Amino acid sequence: MTRPERGPSLWRFAAPQHFYPLAGRLAPWFAALAALLTIAGLWIGFVVAPTDATQGQVYRVIFIHVPAAWMSMFIYLIMAFWSAVGLIMNTRLSFVMSQALAPTGAMFCFVALWTGALWGKPTWGAYWVWDARLTSQLLLLFLYFGFIALTRAIEDPRRGDRAGAIIALVGAVNVPIIYFSVQWWNTLHQGASVSVTKAPSMATTMLTGMLVMAIASWMYTIAVVLWRVRPMILERERHTEWVAAELDRLAPGAARKSGGRA
Amino acid sequence: MKARSKRLMLVGGGVALLIAAVALVLSAFQQNLVFFHTPSEVAEGKAPVGKTFRIGGMVEDGSIAREADGVTVRFAITDTAKVIPVTYKGTLPDLFKEGKGAVVQGKLEAGVFQASEVLAKHDENYMPPEAAHAVEQAQQAAKTLSQ
Repeated sequence: MTRPERGPSLWRFAAPQHFYPLAGRLAPWFAALAALLTIAGLWIGFVVAPTDATQGQVYRVIFIHVPAAWMSMFIYLIMAFWSAVGLIMNTRLSFVMSQALAPTGAMFCFVALWTGALWGKPTWGAYWVWDARLTSQLLLLFLYFGFIALTRAIEDPRRGDRAGAIIALVGAVNVPIIYFSVQWWNTLHQGASVSVTKAPSMATTMLTGMLVMAIASWMYTIAVVLWRVRPMILERERHTEWVAAELDRLAPGAARKSGGRA
Repeated sequence: MKARSKRLMLVGGGVALLIAAVALVLSAFQQNLVFFHTPSEVAEGKAPVGKTFRIGGMVEDGSIAREADGVTVRFAITDTAKVIPVTYKGTLPDLFKEGKGAVVQGKLEAGVFQASEVLAKHDENYMPPEAAHAVEQAQQAAKTLSQ
């Protein structure tokens, strides 16, 4: 049954059976890092960083708004990546990964829109405007909802996986539109303060707080997704022996009962 | 392996086609995707005059004036090339200042823009008040030097 060992290889973790325990072992570390970095980031953002010359205290929303917005776009790209891998390579774990990412992406997307609205009222004078940046970000939230609804609604997991993968790939086109909207069109939303092509246009402590919060949101996402992926793997692989053994370990007696029904 | 590369072509080709389609649609709707027009575009007749639209630019230095009734405000929006006078009745956002960005929504009537809504546009620069003060002083110094 098992292939001959060719030394330790990362590829072996593409198998749900090997990824499941790895995810369980890694998740607490990422969660701890996320907690530490969030405390550090919020402390820098709300205690150390100075007030902004024009906006005063309101600008401090960027320590949550910007990392959330970055993460909402980035998570969708990773979902599209895993969907493409799943469609092309026919790997079992890929679709599970993209579906485990979706709720966190939707959460960050909502946080970005919500904090943006709260910031927009005192700064712009409006909670919401239909400019290209805000509209495309709202479309991203609907794409997340569509992806989650579709993959949950289709009974047959194989068909659900494929339908979701297509939404993820089609919707990924929206991500560069969100990112570049402030350059391509006149928008009320300001341009990027931080980008790879130019020096950041903000004070160093402000930038540090924002970047620490961004790394914290990465760690949080990794931890949550690893935890979310574990029960999904158990459900999909429930007909295998290793899952039966794992369920027996988790709740002795219960696994045999449900196993009998299936 | 054959089937896998076929699927790769299919997914890759599909995404490429989609990007091309979206790019065409976006470039076709270019005019409708802008949130505001610049005063120069209005002067060139590119703005939908007669309908409600938005103008964006800088509030011209020294242009803000309040009418006797206390609620009507007059100011001018400029993109440094062209200037459009604006009248507006209502409260202005906190960040609305001379020399800062603003977007006004309303109608152009007899060369004066009758605004129904005024939004402040923030730029991408974040700095502490001391730094802003230093920048201001440096600009003042440069001005006096050039004079």
